[in-house]
Amino acid sequence: MAKDELGETLHLVGTRPLRPDGLDKVTGRARYGADVSMPGMLWGAVVRSPHAHARIVKIDASKAEALPGVKAVVTRADFPEGLTGENWNLQENTMAGERALYDGHAVAAVAATSALRAQEAARLIEVEYEVLPHVIDVDDAIRPDAPVIREGAADATVPEGSPPNVARYIEFGHGDTEAGFAAADLVRERSYKTEATHQGYIEPHACLGQLGADGKGEMWVCTQGQWYIRQMCSSVLGLEAAQLRVTPSEIGGGFGGKTTIFMEPLSLALSRKAGGRPVKIVMTRSEVLRATGPTASASMDVKIGMTKDGMITAAHAEFRMQGGAFPGAPVDMALYCAFAPYKLPAAQHIGYDVLANRPKCAAYRAPGSPMGAFAVESLIDEMCRELGLDALEVRLKNAVKEGDRASYGPTFGSIGLVETLEAAKSHPNLAAPLGPNQGRGIASGFWFNHSGETSVSLAISEDGTVQVSVGTPDIGGSRASIALMTAETVGIPYEDVRVNVVETGALGVNEPTHGSRATFASGKAAVVAARQAIAEMCRRAAAEWGIDPEAVEWANGAAQPAGPNAGKFPPMGIEEIAAKMGSTGGPISGHHESVPEGAGASFGCHVVDVEVDPETGRTTVLRYLVVQDAGRAIHPSYVEGQFQGGAAQGIGWALNEAYIYGEDGRLQNAVFLDYRVPVASDLPMIDTQIVEVPNPGHPFGVRGVGETGITPPLPAIANAIEAAAGVRMRSLPMSPPKVLAAIRAAREG
Amino acid sequence: MVTVNLWSSLSRFTGGETAVEVEADTVAGVLDGLKAAYPGLAPILDTGVSVVIDGEMATGRHASVAGATEVFLMQRMKGG
Amino acid sequence: MSKIHVTTTVNGDEVEFLADPRESLLDCLRDHLGLTGSKEGCGTGDCGACSVTLDGTLVCSCLVLGVEAEGRQVATIEGMAEGNELHPLQRKFLEHAALQCGFCTPGILVAAKALLEKTPDPTETEVRYWLAGNLCRCTGYDKIIRAVLDAAAEMRQEAA
Repeated sequence: MAKDELGETLHLVGTRPLRPDGLDKVTGRARYGADVSMPGMLWGAVVRSPHAHARIVKIDASKAEALPGVKAVVTRADFPEGLTGENWNLQENTMAGERALYDGHAVAAVAATSALRAQEAARLIEVEYEVLPHVIDVDDAIRPDAPVIREGAADATVPEGSPPNVARYIEFGHGDTEAGFAAADLVRERSYKTEATHQGYIEPHACLGQLGADGKGEMWVCTQGQWYIRQMCSSVLGLEAAQLRVTPSEIGGGFGGKTTIFMEPLSLALSRKAGGRPVKIVMTRSEVLRATGPTASASMDVKIGMTKDGMITAAHAEFRMQGGAFPGAPVDMALYCAFAPYKLPAAQHIGYDVLANRPKCAAYRAPGSPMGAFAVESLIDEMCRELGLDALEVRLKNAVKEGDRASYGPTFGSIGLVETLEAAKSHPNLAAPLGPNQGRGIASGFWFNHSGETSVSLAISEDGTVQVSVGTPDIGGSRASIALMTAETVGIPYEDVRVNVVETGALGVNEPTHGSRATFASGKAAVVAARQAIAEMCRRAAAEWGIDPEAVEWANGAAQPAGPNAGKFPPMGIEEIAAKMGSTGGPISGHHESVPEGAGASFGCHVVDVEVDPETGRTTVLRYLVVQDAGRAIHPSYVEGQFQGGAAQGIGWALNEAYIYGEDGRLQNAVFLDYRVPVASDLPMIDTQIVEVPNPGHPFGVRGVGETGITPPLPAIANAIEAAAGVRMRSLPMSPPKVLAAIRAAREG
Repeated sequence: MVTVNLWSSLSRFTGGETAVEVEADTVAGVLDGLKAAYPGLAPILDTGVSVVIDGEMATGRHASVAGATEVFLMQRMKGG
Repeated sequence: MSKIHVTTTVNGDEVEFLADPRESLLDCLRDHLGLTGSKEGCGTGDCGACSVTLDGTLVCSCLVLGVEAEGRQVATIEGMAEGNELHPLQRKFLEHAALQCGFCTPGILVAAKALLEKTPDPTETEVRYWLAGNLCRCTGYDKIIRAVLDAAAEMRQEAA
């Protein structure tokens, strides 16, 4: 394994230098989506449906168009017809066609000479609606008599005779579950629900788009993936992809929610209609919450069989998830991840992806995994409690190891679950004393980690410094980690590498920074590109020395003869080779394009101590521990940051966050005051322990770490609440009124 | 011949089988072979699936399945 | 609607701009003065990304009208460093990796500076409650709190 080649000589990987983009970000200089303006720029505003489900009878924009300074109005009529599949879904979500499908669905957009003028004009656009029956909750939406969101939405996976809002169906499993349940000493079946939550990035979506009548355009946009924006905008508007240059701004958080399009095509459509003037659109927070990707909500039935000494004999899960008015709820991923930490003799999984009158769900950090974990990790805890078993020991006893069959089918390669559980077990937090009304909860979590299309280019500068062009926007320190890996490979100081996140015109297609892939995939590609450049530098040195290139090796940032037989020459450093490169064959660079193999999965285990106030039902998180396998931490501070940030989002999902709809199908909490994400005073310090079971698929052993951490908090907190207050919460969020009601119900017995 | 493990709800299209044999050297061959033998699978395979070979997610259609001991079809994966 | 001429002082410099009376101070800083370091995360005073000080008082600039800045002293993130000399909070945020996406960072730095000017030796709890109006979605606050406490310690040492 490559790691062993470097194992004893790592100088930079694993250190904690300052991030290269840090100075701009602490001085306010870093430019995010809304921070750039252009000469001649117009401002856009979007008209949105106030109804959860309504036929659009008529749109009259005449009053808006008559307002001075208004330069363009677009509706669905300005988009091409005939799209199919996900491209149609994206177009329909960008701008409603015949019907508005959720509260906040865009129905028209306007561009004017100022932001205020655009907002005035939007208010003057008159839309006549015929309100239709709507459905919000997943269990209501799956009923055979539910209002139909879209005829013909079911794909080929859905058996005939299924309820009308079932868009996708999946069933998988192995072994004989009936025999497994029969062999168990305890079989329990429970139902769990999780509500939709929003990624909650603090930066609202913002873009500045320009499109001429010649079909050539540019866009500045906050996104996790500039090529996704290019491909999706091109598809939705009928453009040629290469004619659209998309430049990613600095990004103010994404968590999966910025891997798709929302109003970006509207800015281009408005620009084209306004004679090619650039159009800036910045969403309000309310628009973000009403109309961009929250995650799915879930209703889940889980059944587990366990022997009295804690061996799991069989498992069964049926999950129903709604992801809004379009297919795409991550029910498959939720099921794949639900039992992933356990070696199961038999398991069956059934999943329904259901349509409802809500915004189209987007990916959110380990999409699906937190919901599945909430159900399964809660039930395992309930059963451990009933059998008087230690929850961590039961997890160790059933833990999957390399070579075991995963609950979702294939055989696991190198994984670090056992190491993670052992590390949790020996952590001092497990010995911390607990007082009255306090309790401890434990849960595991899993995410596959993704690789994806990757293109990286590296070039040696005239002075021997190195520039690396990557296509994965830096959300949490990936420039630092990629610079560390590049510098380590080339043998130069970290400060001599500059990592640039580049626009779509500068590289081949890259998938977004998603799936915990940036440090894995762009990092791996940067190392391969660096090795190419090193090989070329060795060839240049060999030519200078007049020896065979095979007789030259690279060490400590310099070419040197590979051994005494190669010849006696002093090492030729990268500065010397670079200074001469113009006269020794021209620029020296390296490129790597691939879908890198070997994205290693990451398991985590969280341990949380809470105190539940029996008078108010309020849960206070006293102590929190994240233990997770990082393969190898390239920059440990940012690995810890991913662990802590994932945990905080999971804590919010567990305790506070939820989409709240009124009877009218309108979202009632579309501001941060009411959609309450954790604030500093809600949380304690979040302790972390990085486990390193190297991933053989990466030159430095990296496993993606971005996503797993959001998964365990949901069940870990539910488990801690039962330990503290004696009540089992099976629906999220575990807000004070719900916990208090459960405590009172338990008292009244 | 390669044995391909399907998710069980696909057995509606394979006459009840959840593991089927196809003649193939690559992922592309697996997918094309499945479609030829079971045309009902075509729309599902065409929307995109992940192929897992001996525990590793295949990174493309040309990935080899020759000598593979285990091939699984899964829903397409990405992440957040 | 006719615009109003506003003369104010931002980061020690006298500036003038024409404000629509409906525009927030944040809009005026960003769109009329080109000071885009202050961010809009919510527009309703819930997230703190737009934090600035007005005559030394910490405010959400999205909740202040631009015309209210007339004749007053505004301090933003752009004025926090003295030339190339970073404020200790800025340095400690870098050293502690107290930012991931960095979008909330300007507001948190401005808010934390206001805290340390009033309370040079805050407890962890005091820092947490003072910053409870500044949302961060990336970090879980752990490294932010550590950075603020460390900066406070350094500033006390310097002052001693």
